[in-house]
Amino acid sequence: MVAWFQSELGTGLGWFVAHLLLVLAIALPVMAVMAMSTWVDRKVWALMQLRKGPNVVGAFGLAQPFADGIKLFLKETIIPSGASRGVFLIAPMISFVLALVAWAVIPFDAGLVLADINVGLLYLFAVSSLGVYGIIMSGWASNSRYPFLGGLRSAAQMVSYEVSIGFILICVVLYASSFNLTDIVESQKGAILGVFSMNILNPLLLPMAVMFFISALAETNRPPFDLPEAEAELVAGYQTEYSSMAFALLMLGEYMNILLMCALASILFLGGYLPPVDWAPLYLVPGIVWLFLKLLFVFFLFAWVKASVPRYRYDQLMRLGWKLFLPISLFWVALVSGWLVFTGHFSGGGA
Amino acid sequence: MTLFDRAKALLLLEFLKGMALTLRYAFKPKATVNFPFEKGPVSPRFRGEHALRRYPNGEERCIACKLCEAVCPAQAITIEAEVRADGSRRTTRYDIDMTKCIYCGLCQEACPVDAIVEGPNFEFAAETREELMYDKAKLLANGERWERAIAANLQADARFR
Repeated sequence: MVAWFQSELGTGLGWFVAHLLLVLAIALPVMAVMAMSTWVDRKVWALMQLRKGPNVVGAFGLAQPFADGIKLFLKETIIPSGASRGVFLIAPMISFVLALVAWAVIPFDAGLVLADINVGLLYLFAVSSLGVYGIIMSGWASNSRYPFLGGLRSAAQMVSYEVSIGFILICVVLYASSFNLTDIVESQKGAILGVFSMNILNPLLLPMAVMFFISALAETNRPPFDLPEAEAELVAGYQTEYSSMAFALLMLGEYMNILLMCALASILFLGGYLPPVDWAPLYLVPGIVWLFLKLLFVFFLFAWVKASVPRYRYDQLMRLGWKLFLPISLFWVALVSGWLVFTGHFSGGGA
Repeated sequence: MTLFDRAKALLLLEFLKGMALTLRYAFKPKATVNFPFEKGPVSPRFRGEHALRRYPNGEERCIACKLCEAVCPAQAITIEAEVRADGSRRTTRYDIDMTKCIYCGLCQEACPVDAIVEGPNFEFAAETREELMYDKAKLLANGERWERAIAANLQADARFR
């Protein structure tokens, strides 16, 4: 595709147009899925609270996210007089763009990835770490107590859990011997007893999968770790002073991050675009469908946890992150690498 | 916390139990009433929007005794009365300020002829304050609109009075 555009439009412009189209081909469906994910979220909470959830706008309330979007779009953008205008407006854009930009390295199918870079996982890790800037900037620029506290909490929380997420990723990377996400997915093909293509069924990686999921909850500020926007104490945390599209961008960035974490969990532990069982007929289903189903399942887990678990106290959150997850994941890195060296995983070259 | 308890906590058993409970609830029948399309049951004694009733022959029940005006604790009712050409006493003005009304139902209790009643309607929110200043025409219109429901409610509650 890139080559065709380059032959038609010249090297530079052709490259630009082709990549622009590719970016749109990823970004637009991702945004559509994200819009629908808010519907799934609300529906799941509703079901678990004996409610019906949105069911009026469109069939089964499916048009609800768009109605909400239009409502937000038509509202007035209010910028507090004490706010730092530039930073206040840039912050939501940062959090939205960073959440979107990370999708560049997600393999939707074998070879179906925008940027097949060899350190894809590091790139994801870096981008998701940068995401904290959007939140801390919005918290600071609002020049108000609750957003400031929310921003601080969020920064500390994301930094703490990023550490253990890093070690968890290393465990998976040790198995795959690669930072490339496509390689990580391919390494899971029939990895368990030659039948199942899922890292999570590996007894050494199962605890890491659970810890990754919990860390992902903390990383995306989801309940039970939604302290940055704990409505009982901080109104809406760093989102308090935002309205209209600025608020929508923060909200969308948040959901985009959640979906990204779901995609990451499916790629690292559930076999990404591979069918769960290494059986030829299952490969007739396109890989993107498998990835989507796995993503949906992890997203359901996110919503399920939110409907079940009360919010942590801040010191409990920090204790969990530093005194439990960090030592365990560190120990697990040693355990996994020891096991892999012992079983001769690396002797075949690579690494 | 003993060491055993700590090790057990690592298995997240209590979280799993809680999540199993919420998952069971997800498949239970829902408690939701789809409000604008379906409504919850309302007692015959429900005190909702006011209405002035008529006799079956079309004559107004209200005889302008002003008992309701006198008993109204919020002083929301204003009545003016005259003797009509046929010699019967009727109201020329019967206003209820619905923004003052506290829906105590004392006007209904005081009425000797079951003229002023509080009907089963509770959906009469308005966009302006003026719309809530009910006059006689509005109350009589309410009476016509809700007469069947009001009559049924009065009959259902009659044996307890």
